[in-house]
Amino acid sequence: MSHEHVSNTKRIWFVFALLSVVTTVEVILGIYKPAVLEGNHFVGLNLLNWIFYILTVFKAYYIVWAFMHMEGEKSSLRWSVVSPVIFLVLYLLFILLTEGHYIYGVFKDSTIKWNF
Amino acid sequence: MEATVTTANNNEKTWGGGDDIQPLGASYGKMMMWFFIVSDALTFSGFLAAYGFSRFKFIETWPLADEVFTHFPFLHGVAAPMYYVALMTFILIFSSVTMVLAVDAGHHLKKTKVAIYMFLTIIGGLIFVGSQAWEWKNFIKGEYGAVETVGGSLLQFVDKDGKRVALEEFAVKLPEQREALTRAKAKWFMEDAETQPTYTVAEVQAGFKVHPELLIRTEQIIETNGKKSKKVLSRAESESRLSSAKYVVEGANLTRNEYGSKLFADFFFFITGFHGFHVFSGVIINIIIFFNVLLGTYEKRRSYEMVEKVGLYWHFVDLVWVFVFTVFYLV
Repeated sequence: MSHEHVSNTKRIWFVFALLSVVTTVEVILGIYKPAVLEGNHFVGLNLLNWIFYILTVFKAYYIVWAFMHMEGEKSSLRWSVVSPVIFLVLYLLFILLTEGHYIYGVFKDSTIKWNF
Repeated sequence: MEATVTTANNNEKTWGGGDDIQPLGASYGKMMMWFFIVSDALTFSGFLAAYGFSRFKFIETWPLADEVFTHFPFLHGVAAPMYYVALMTFILIFSSVTMVLAVDAGHHLKKTKVAIYMFLTIIGGLIFVGSQAWEWKNFIKGEYGAVETVGGSLLQFVDKDGKRVALEEFAVKLPEQREALTRAKAKWFMEDAETQPTYTVAEVQAGFKVHPELLIRTEQIIETNGKKSKKVLSRAESESRLSSAKYVVEGANLTRNEYGSKLFADFFFFITGFHGFHVFSGVIINIIIFFNVLLGTYEKRRSYEMVEKVGLYWHFVDLVWVFVFTVFYLV
């Protein structure tokens, strides 16, 4: 093995605690759905959903960085794995969600009713 | 021999070119696992983006998740949204922790510890797959039932307070009109072979007529003071909507489901099914590696890197679940 491995047990339990807390927060918000958050929108998405997505990405970061030990890899590997995924996913989401919204408009403003 | 580490006491690097020359600083197998994960991540992103596409198309009529997933073991008739899936999430995160502890123990060449942690990971994975099966069972069975109209809209039944009412609570039994085709009476093709619902449309309509307190709830989402709910029609509107009913829908299958948009159930089955399949494969791979650990394969090799590689896959499965959880149950 090229690099020395020190025991990470402490960090592993810390990340576990962190992920558990975040999940608990998500579940509590998901059950109570505070009207203040759900009723207010920011860039087309309500604040509650913003919080859910941000917490999801936060959890994903810790899973990849700590559990999959991405933090210990060379930056060349980090970039070649993470950047294609991020850019392609953003692109895909942009295209599909825009188109989905367009089709929603077509159904809404016309008499077509086609449930497929 | 160049590409894989197979023999004991082998100091060779997996790539040729001598010591310390490793592209991206990773061994061949580990790097390939990373790029497999990249491609698999893009596959899942494609599915989830397709789900988003369909949801955006029907943004005003999509089912509300906390009305669909309300079951918890041993709590019958209690609406417990989120709790069960939260439990599943914790199980999967915990099995990720035991996996990473196994990898950590592997770095210190502690065979017994690796084996114990791998075993716990396998148990966690099996519990998760089992939980998913239970979730599917409830989803497929359904709880209240609904009817579908000629135009493909779904109508659900509520009482005056907006509480859901199941079909069996009001539908009347009329003299038998349809007969299920059994194999004994079958022709070489079966026209009416689809499982028949408990009630016919006429029975539901007749029952609705004699229960004046019932109303119809449509798929339309309305927002009042920041709270989302489904629109309930007046009694007169309800009666006219119900006259266009075509099917009785109980539970869910790939054609129609009692929760709302047909695509909702399709995506639920497909995406959680694909994820469950990944968990299942992960468990199988973990079992293989677990036995290799017990046999001392990696002990002889003086390297537990295989545990690390399956660990990457296992964490990836957890990572996907984090997104599926958000997209299907929270948002």
